[in-house]
Amino acid sequence: MNLGISALNYVNGIKNNEFTVEEFISESLDHIKQVDEKLHAFLRINDFAIKNAKEIDAKIKSNQNVGKCYGMPISIKDNICIEGSKTTCASKVLENFIAPHTSTVVSRLHSEDSIIIGKTNMDEFAMGLSTEFSAYGPSKNPWNNDFVPGGSSGGSGVSVAANECIASLGSDTGGSIRNPASFCSVVGLKPTYGLVSRYGLVSYSNSIEQIGPMTKTVEDSAFLLNIISGIDPNDNTTLDNKNQDYLSDIDAGIDGKKIGIVTEMANSDGLSTNVLDATNDSIKTFEKLGANCEHVSLQMVPYTVAAYYTITSTEAGSNLARYDNVRYGYELDSSGFEFNSYISQARSKLGPEVIRRMILGGFVPSAGHAGKYFSKALKVKSKLITEIKHVFEKFDFLISPTVPIQPFKFGEKINDPVSFMMVDFNTVTANLTGIPAISVPYKITNGLPIGIQIMANNLEEHSMLQAAYALEKTVDLPEVQI
Amino acid sequence: MTKIGLEIHCQLTKLESKLFCSCKANYREFEPNTNICPICMGIPGSLPLLNKSAVEKATLIAMALDCRTPDKIAFFRKNYFYPDLPKNFQITQLNAYGNTSIGWEGKISVGNVKIRIRRIQLEEDPGRLIYEGATEKTKLTLVDYNRAGTPLVEIVTEPDFETPHQVREFLNILSDLLENLNVSDPGLEGAMRADANVSIEGGSKVEIKNIGSFHDLEKAVHFEITRQQSLAERKIEIVQETRHWDDGRKITVSARTKEEEAEYRYHLEADIPWVRINDGTKNQLQIHMPESISSKKERYVSKYGITPQVADILSSDRYFSELFEKANNETNAKDIANMITTDIMGLLDTREKRDASKLKGDHITDLVEYIKSNKITRASAKLALDEVIKNGKRLSEIIEDLNLGHVSNEDVLSGIIAEVLDEEAKAVEDSKQNPDIVNFLVGKVMQKTRGKADPELTLLLLKKHLDID
Ligand SMILES: [Zn+2]
Repeated sequence: MNLGISALNYVNGIKNNEFTVEEFISESLDHIKQVDEKLHAFLRINDFAIKNAKEIDAKIKSNQNVGKCYGMPISIKDNICIEGSKTTCASKVLENFIAPHTSTVVSRLHSEDSIIIGKTNMDEFAMGLSTEFSAYGPSKNPWNNDFVPGGSSGGSGVSVAANECIASLGSDTGGSIRNPASFCSVVGLKPTYGLVSRYGLVSYSNSIEQIGPMTKTVEDSAFLLNIISGIDPNDNTTLDNKNQDYLSDIDAGIDGKKIGIVTEMANSDGLSTNVLDATNDSIKTFEKLGANCEHVSLQMVPYTVAAYYTITSTEAGSNLARYDNVRYGYELDSSGFEFNSYISQARSKLGPEVIRRMILGGFVPSAGHAGKYFSKALKVKSKLITEIKHVFEKFDFLISPTVPIQPFKFGEKINDPVSFMMVDFNTVTANLTGIPAISVPYKITNGLPIGIQIMANNLEEHSMLQAAYALEKTVDLPEVQI
Repeated sequence: MTKIGLEIHCQLTKLESKLFCSCKANYREFEPNTNICPICMGIPGSLPLLNKSAVEKATLIAMALDCRTPDKIAFFRKNYFYPDLPKNFQITQLNAYGNTSIGWEGKISVGNVKIRIRRIQLEEDPGRLIYEGATEKTKLTLVDYNRAGTPLVEIVTEPDFETPHQVREFLNILSDLLENLNVSDPGLEGAMRADANVSIEGGSKVEIKNIGSFHDLEKAVHFEITRQQSLAERKIEIVQETRHWDDGRKITVSARTKEEEAEYRYHLEADIPWVRINDGTKNQLQIHMPESISSKKERYVSKYGITPQVADILSSDRYFSELFEKANNETNAKDIANMITTDIMGLLDTREKRDASKLKGDHITDLVEYIKSNKITRASAKLALDEVIKNGKRLSEIIEDLNLGHVSNEDVLSGIIAEVLDEEAKAVEDSKQNPDIVNFLVGKVMQKTRGKADPELTLLLLKKHLDID
């Protein structure tokens, strides 16, 4: 059986009786057993997957209404809650945390009869871009196990790339979906802020993060977005998707569309030669498809990484303050502790990157320093939004390489936080401005993937997916060898 | 000059649910930690869902206190660690990007004093700490989160109070107002709490916290003023500090640990989008609201021709303005207003007296009418008022009972005048040189009749007797 099929082909396979849900799920579980010891995409596997598969098969057999997903196995990043099961955020602090609620995205997947096959590895609390900061050990890039898979949704990226599941949901705060999508050669979409409910997502930087799909094809991302997007009474920040069908006319093409190549992202100092070549190649491809490409400058971009880390640290400092081990957590005898010393004891379980950002988050918005850091970061954000608005008056899409570099080796950057942060250079703009962005696999150079990023104006996911689809159709990438 | 400012926290107890979840706003009947949910407990993955009615009720308060209200409100996070705070931050408001709190720059009159409202904001109440255990070894701090997330309105005044009495009066007026607006039941334990700041001439500002009741607040402020004055007399510097009210000893004590510089790392609460409060909503609220003080005052001046000074005093007090509205029948408004402000306010100057009073609007209508038609003198009217307040009987009955009816019978009055002229032989003599002495004799007649004599008739008769023209 080919486990590497797309979501749409999976649905067709079930409908045409090529395989049963149980067959597919059981073979997927076998495959996970085989490869995941090495790849470590998953933190936990759903023990009820086979049982769920049998139930859906029974529904199909008895001609009952079956949801759009027909039992397809989908993995979920471990910062997205499912009632009654663990959600650890790859942290020791939440090692035993059992969620009392199910996130809206998972509820919607459940109601469309998908099977949550397992929870995927990530950088602790989504802080990082390599999964090296997972408290449970990193995931490996399926293209080359010596290299990082990207992050923070690294486990999700690996699980899709290595055919351990059909698709995955990750979360993207500064590139955490698009970065591993690029590094693992899968499609990763960060929706417009508010298009997808964050209910049940453990907050890291709640003003900019979104849940989004990671899939094998652009169509699959559209398929999943149809299911997970739209207003949610459990999240006051959600927007109306106007019952948009993101799959419709996905092959409309981009003839006559105006594409801006973001100068600062396509020519930055940190850009590797391979990535530059791929980017220039993609520009030619877009032009061949009938689009008009032109360079455009976003002057705030050089400041975005600093602004991003300032804002996210501030919000992280606040969002993670609740992990004081008072209402839930792990065994820690409180007797003899004064409250503050108990908290510092409780928080000693946090990993180094989380601690780094908590310290930063205590400093940059503090009374004596906010003017120099936090307020300035907000200013950069607001100026960037103005620039983006202006640019989208002229252009339909903005493009750039998703990540300035190809996957790097484990340990290569972990001791150099600043160069680590610069890896986010091309992705944080979409988060700071709220606009949607997608990473499309474009090339494999020296055995490692390169993705191209397409950004669109707010709520322009439909046209953005059309552009991504057009680009995807021009490339023919090799299969990953596991 | 003594300056006192207040920071009042009022729970919106009339709301069905908490500020950001569907747990009950009235947490009082629950066993500890049973009125909680993932949202108010800050469980990972939960998001606050704004209770729109809380925004409306809070806006109503702001409007009733003559505040300016914004077009849209924003919520902020106030970050600090405390065991009663489930998320270790409080969702509150801050006027950081323009005025985005529920209200600001309001005012309310307390007697003759105008108290300015600096700011009103909507926020969540923390949980409650319960200390248990007698000995050091068995000491426990228990946390009950039932209260966590209860909608709370914070009202901050400018330091416009000068006496503890004004503070008490203000709090009475405020709790009346909140009750009247149907937003809160101030009588519920813990529903209204207040901190105060006190400074005397030349001294630093001292904050008093931990005051259990309004009654204690007045006492605490009083104590603090006395304490500061006694320091000043002894030329000891009054330091800026936070003091706690010691309920047992009824004194303020310096907060033992020096309060650290406030470091709350305020930032916008992104989980709650800015809420627009459009004019339609405000108009809708206005319809259901008791008239505001300023528009009431304006109406009194423009409609009834009452002087601005009298209108100001009258409109600022809900009790007296209601009395006015009930008594006035458009033609007598000025007289009613004057009677309330010159006579009645003095007689009913405390909440206790007002609560005990039997005086109704009709009584005042009648009183004014009787005076106008010369059925009773102003002086008798005062005696009648005393009686009405005590027993609430109809005015005609009281006049009968006390024999307050106007002495306008010429014969009766002539008899009394004869008595007076007899007793005041010297004045009679003097009046030949100084005709103004007659006024003195009118006064004497009034005294004898306990104010019931018709003043005009008395004067006429006296002049006749004394041969003055
Ligand atoms: Zn609750």
